[in-house]
Amino acid sequence: MSTRPQPLVVGAGPAGIRAAEALVAGGLRPLVVDEAPACGGQIYRQRLVPDGRSTRDLYGSEVGKADRLHAAFAAFEGKIDYWPQALLWNLRDGVADIVVAGATRRVSYDGLVLATGATDRVLPVPGWTLPGVFTLGGSQVALKAQGCAIGSRVVFAGSGPLLYLVAWQYMKAGVEVAAVLDAAPASAKLHLIKALPLDPGIVLRGTRFVAELRLRGVAIRTGIEGLRFEGEGRVSGVAWREGGRERRLACDGVGYGLALRSETQLADLAGCAFRFDERDRAWLPLRDAAGRSSVAGVYLAGDGAGIAGADAAERAGERVALALLEDRGLAFDKARAAGLEAELARIARLRDALEAAFPFPAHWAAAIDDATTLCRCEEVTAGTVREAASRFDIGEINRLKAVSRVGMGRCQGRMCAAASAEVLAAATGKPIEAAGRLRAQAPVKPIPLALQLAAEPAKLPEAAE
Amino acid sequence: MSRHLDVDVAVVGGGLVGSSAALALRNMGFGVALLDKGFCGAQASGVNYGGVRRQGRPLEQLPLSQRAHAIWPRLKGLIGIDGEFLRSGHLKLARSEDDMVSLEAYAATVADQGLDLELIGHNGLRERFPWVDGSILGASLCAGDGHANPRLVSAAFASAARRAGAHVLENTAVTGIARNGESFALEAGEGVSLKARFIINSAGAWADRFAADFGEPVPLTRIYPSMIVTEPVAPVMTVNIGMEGGGIYARQVERGNCVVGGERALPLDDPDFSRPRGDGVLAIMNRTAEVFPALRHAQAIRFWSGTEAAMPDRNPVIGFSDTTPGLIHAFGFTGAGFQIAPGVGEVLAELVRDGRTSTPIEAFSISRFSRPTSPADLDRTRYGSGAGPHPEPQPRGAST
Amino acid sequence: MSEDRLPLLRRITRKEHAAIAFTLDGAPCEGRAGDTLLSAILSRSDSLRRTEFSGEPRAGFCQMGACQDCWVMTETGERLRACTTPLQPGMRIVTMTGKAA
Repeated sequence: MSTRPQPLVVGAGPAGIRAAEALVAGGLRPLVVDEAPACGGQIYRQRLVPDGRSTRDLYGSEVGKADRLHAAFAAFEGKIDYWPQALLWNLRDGVADIVVAGATRRVSYDGLVLATGATDRVLPVPGWTLPGVFTLGGSQVALKAQGCAIGSRVVFAGSGPLLYLVAWQYMKAGVEVAAVLDAAPASAKLHLIKALPLDPGIVLRGTRFVAELRLRGVAIRTGIEGLRFEGEGRVSGVAWREGGRERRLACDGVGYGLALRSETQLADLAGCAFRFDERDRAWLPLRDAAGRSSVAGVYLAGDGAGIAGADAAERAGERVALALLEDRGLAFDKARAAGLEAELARIARLRDALEAAFPFPAHWAAAIDDATTLCRCEEVTAGTVREAASRFDIGEINRLKAVSRVGMGRCQGRMCAAASAEVLAAATGKPIEAAGRLRAQAPVKPIPLALQLAAEPAKLPEAAE
Repeated sequence: MSRHLDVDVAVVGGGLVGSSAALALRNMGFGVALLDKGFCGAQASGVNYGGVRRQGRPLEQLPLSQRAHAIWPRLKGLIGIDGEFLRSGHLKLARSEDDMVSLEAYAATVADQGLDLELIGHNGLRERFPWVDGSILGASLCAGDGHANPRLVSAAFASAARRAGAHVLENTAVTGIARNGESFALEAGEGVSLKARFIINSAGAWADRFAADFGEPVPLTRIYPSMIVTEPVAPVMTVNIGMEGGGIYARQVERGNCVVGGERALPLDDPDFSRPRGDGVLAIMNRTAEVFPALRHAQAIRFWSGTEAAMPDRNPVIGFSDTTPGLIHAFGFTGAGFQIAPGVGEVLAELVRDGRTSTPIEAFSISRFSRPTSPADLDRTRYGSGAGPHPEPQPRGAST
Repeated sequence: MSEDRLPLLRRITRKEHAAIAFTLDGAPCEGRAGDTLLSAILSRSDSLRRTEFSGEPRAGFCQMGACQDCWVMTETGERLRACTTPLQPGMRIVTMTGKAA
């Protein structure tokens, strides 16, 4: 037993932390690899230095969860190996390649927990590449982790619970919020009634955000169409249609996003089978209720395996750790495992209601103007993609990538793959799942050509405070 | 879904060889079906390095290579796009005196083949190609060679064949071929049956199964070249680069990305598929930074590999079957098929039309590997489907 | 260059944190302790880079290391992803986003 390599946990957000904690409790010493300088993931991301704000200022109603999670990590940190600011760029069959402290290391692992999280999902609109337009998540990171606002007069646009949360956070921070533009019709919010009994807190909180935004005079528009960002060299305004009328507002910063999309590249490289998920409109790695993937010894937890939010991520992280212990023949708490699965099932029902309340405007894809940039890395327009699909008679996204370069750039399709699949499906008249998904390729993020294999032993970076 | 086609030629394998043959045959007026178990050009033809190079080929390949050389500048008229073909020149580097001697010997051997090779010493290299590291001793330049984008070229040949009237059947694996009187009966995909007078076996790394079932086993092995591409960078490499003795090959596309190969990937559990090795790509990356110092800070943004068929003598198999009338083989290009493939397509069409070709291909006969054995059972030959049902619409495979 | 362009980001906290000197396109510049390179540059300027193909200005997008749209270069050519790189004293950054670029 002791000669088996240690388990590898990728990501130190809510899922990764709870997974590591449960592995430690089960007698194992995992290696936790995370890109950030400090634990917490995106939602409970920590500042690089103290800045006079309390954690309540930072995390609001979620402060208790954030503090508990950070404290939990600190409590077991001596019992794990922890590589912050580390990029896992390739993995397969028990070996991972990880850049840390400027050199790359080959690490053998036995048991892999992927807790890779999510980023904003977007559909391109005119002007979305302008400086000053950030994702909703990016707008939140600027404020929370850096204490910077993305402008002085800011518009938030898109869909999803984050839309109102970020707008509210900016308002609370004293930034002028010019408007909140919700892609969903007002009637969609009636679905929140279904969410109420599942998690009254989250629904009431959202309702309070909206009420407080209105009270402070923030314009909240719903069912918007024809969204576009305007400006020369940087964003200076936003325009949209509403009930057939053109509207326009001046602003110097925009936060935009249409809920979240899972970071699934590493699951793909690990060889996991994928299935199409109707609710997320995405191909996601297959997993059972415990979080086991189709590959023995590979476990999936948190938003990286399907969007379910931070509360679910904590539970899923712990649950996969119990599965890993079980699969390794170690003792684990069966009742606890069952309890976690029941809670995850409840949260999944909540997500169904939230998704209905904040629906993804899939119909926008067909309306994307041919001249609009679809792939921001390779600067491939929607028109180029449609032309390529037609010229080569293509209905599948990897073929589309091969001939159009969409998704071929530095971000490997993170920002454009979901949109490309929607555009392709709209162009071919086929269901979105028929477009397939972009295959992941190493390196999952850029690495320098001169990258050297680390000489052992090397000094590892210490965790930031 | 049941469908029957009656064609003159069934082309098995929609890579660049099969697609260009299908197009050439259509242009001669033949009825053609082009079958691929996945997507046309999705395997080695679409994911190879993209070198359009005559230099370095064995003497016996040069007539065919020259024939292809004449086709590349005409792609626009032939398939509707230029495939990003760039006649940049191909520069083969020598790291040692021995390498230089080899380059000189090769230049002498092919002197009358029209390659117009130019040997360049160290000073000349420093002067004309200062972006090549000073440790390189010399080089041989073939100014007429170049490079192109395989992702586009392969897909465009298949599309052109389709526009010209070929039946292009993708995701349609051939599950059985039987000789039936004067013609062949094929079964493919789900419910597709074909009758064809000729079969072209252009199934690449999967071609040996078809050959063996007609009593012609071949020592085909699979190789998995491993490639990297950098982020777009300012123009550095003005020519397609090769290295005597192997180790690295590199080109920079007009958009600025540098494509570099030089190691082998590993097959996955299913040997139809492969992926780059972490240490292999690291070796290529480091080598790139050493040979081209201007790229030392550039980033690698993507790795890939493909599945190619290799023959032990590094020459392909091209020509009629020794056992079965109407069967024509064209496979085993051993990592050097891209440049030559459009020429092979023309040759295959000539074989169908005339029973012979004006280009010498004797050296590529399948008979060089074995005396034909008596075909065990040619009435009905079945293959296990290599492309079993996937939960996803695309096969996991060589990726771009 | 950076002087005649309004910065994209507005500081709310850390305004009085220790200054960290760095160089932006040859001009001396200051960030604050706790800055990422992205925050430091965009608190002085309105873009981080120009794209390779159209030359459009970009200023990052996701701020969490996913979109890869905020890579900048040092004067010696090293690449840094601005949103995940803590600002260090003496960094010499080239964005090539000046009006003349």
